[in-house]
Amino acid sequence: MVDITERTLLKKGAEASLFVADWHGRRVVIKTRLPKKYRPEKLDLTIRTYRTVHEPQLMSEAKKAGVPTPTIFQVDVENATIVMEFVEGKQLKQLLGSFSPKEREQVCFLVGELIGKLHRHGVVHGDLTTSNMIFGTDGRIFFVDFGLGEKNSELEARGVDLHLLKRALQSTHYQFADECFQTVMKGYAAFVGEAETKDVLSKIREIERRGRYVDERRQDVPA
Amino acid sequence: MKTGSERLCLGIESTADDFGVGIATFQGKILANVADSYVPTEGGIHPREAARHHAEVSDGVLREALEKAGVTPHDLDVICFAQGPGLGPCLRTGATVARALATYLGIPLVGVNHSVAHIEVGKLQTGAGDPVTLYVSGGNTIVTAYEAGRYRVFGETLDIALGNCLDVFAREAGLKQAKGMPLGAALEQLAKEGKMLLRLPYVVKGMDLSLSGLLTAAVSLLRKGDCRLEDVCYSLQEHAFSMVTEVTERALAHTEKKEVLLTGGVASNQRLQNMLSIIAGEHDAKFNVVPRQYATDNGAMIAWTGVLAYIHGLATPVEESYVKLRWRVDKVDVPWLT
Repeated sequence: MVDITERTLLKKGAEASLFVADWHGRRVVIKTRLPKKYRPEKLDLTIRTYRTVHEPQLMSEAKKAGVPTPTIFQVDVENATIVMEFVEGKQLKQLLGSFSPKEREQVCFLVGELIGKLHRHGVVHGDLTTSNMIFGTDGRIFFVDFGLGEKNSELEARGVDLHLLKRALQSTHYQFADECFQTVMKGYAAFVGEAETKDVLSKIREIERRGRYVDERRQDVPA
Repeated sequence: MKTGSERLCLGIESTADDFGVGIATFQGKILANVADSYVPTEGGIHPREAARHHAEVSDGVLREALEKAGVTPHDLDVICFAQGPGLGPCLRTGATVARALATYLGIPLVGVNHSVAHIEVGKLQTGAGDPVTLYVSGGNTIVTAYEAGRYRVFGETLDIALGNCLDVFAREAGLKQAKGMPLGAALEQLAKEGKMLLRLPYVVKGMDLSLSGLLTAAVSLLRKGDCRLEDVCYSLQEHAFSMVTEVTERALAHTEKKEVLLTGGVASNQRLQNMLSIIAGEHDAKFNVVPRQYATDNGAMIAWTGVLAYIHGLATPVEESYVKLRWRVDKVDVPWLT
């Protein structure tokens, strides 16, 4: 049981509610995956338990890979609750638009390097969006929300991971999505190397072609 | 019935197995909505067979629509057609009819995006203004919302569409399709008798989802033969619908919009409606679902979206009216919303 009674709601997300609280003199975030009434109880419990157990494990793996993540203090599987460090900073989603082109380039490059570190370590994040990256006041970029992640070093998993980021950029930062993604991939290549990056990029194209109604699909066939 | 000098638009839908003709006034009143569906004797839609069906019934469907609306072809002001996305031979059949009509009558032609039409008819019929839309059909599974000039895609399937997943399973289970009784409806009936939730894959990746593994697993449960068919139908629906509901909820939390719209052929499923209304409620959003007659592919949605496009200056010259098989919803400008 998490023995914190005083907590203030920070964000009610789709999947979990985040609270800020004081825990033995530290400022912490309490992440609780509340039951979802729309799905059957059994399925709901399986999903929430799985994610609550896996998220802290992956966050700790990410740290080993050199990717900043909040420190985990406590995991309460029964109540699908995780207590973790509160990171001072802002979501990259809120900042990206206000950056100068130069700053944007630097940050995207760094994000690419971090994803490279994660993938090289055999971890895929599963939900790479700019909402899940916190630009810390200390200048570091923290990755959060590993609930959909997994230990997986297959090319397919890495391709999907980056494809999701590309799509998230397109829906949220459509003004400079392409530019940002290209810089991310430069940073990625700087860490994992050109050869591996080429493989991942061609995998991303393959994933895109699988989708329905995609221009990239069978370009040689005239409509 | 056309009254006075009301302007009229005729829309032709032929992206897949339905050939539909709808007639709408410029004020958004639907005067006619007639369709004839191609029902395969076995298996799924054969594009060429479906196109042949469309060519055969087009004359009769057009006549019936005009009769229902009480108008003659010379009362029409605009002809529009579903230009994509969809099956090539089917799209071309509808486009040919539309071009011929527009040229013969000497009135403008407007090519309409089929996915946008599903959203717009849902908004027209429910009164929704700016919703997060879940569009689920045999060919599409998309979570979309309007943002800066276009419907942006927040989540979608990484492989097969929800309707496709349910249809293929239903066919594997030996269920039969009939006019007015789609496979999905037959599956829904069986699922209502399901009691036990069987273990199946649940694959959500970011805001996207994958249904192909779920279909394979459900089919192999079926083939093993030691589970009740009703339980497999129920479990398949619960898993698939939970996945689309989860991504819709994420888009709702992300965009903070106050309306949810469920549209497309699978929108008629009551269990899916129920799940979405729950998440809408939790986010203080109003839940809207497209009425059944506008849920499946229909000509009225094309006619109405054509009106919106036409009054905002969009028309399609015949030489640019080639069909677009893979025309994504986020590639279409929607100037009527800006």
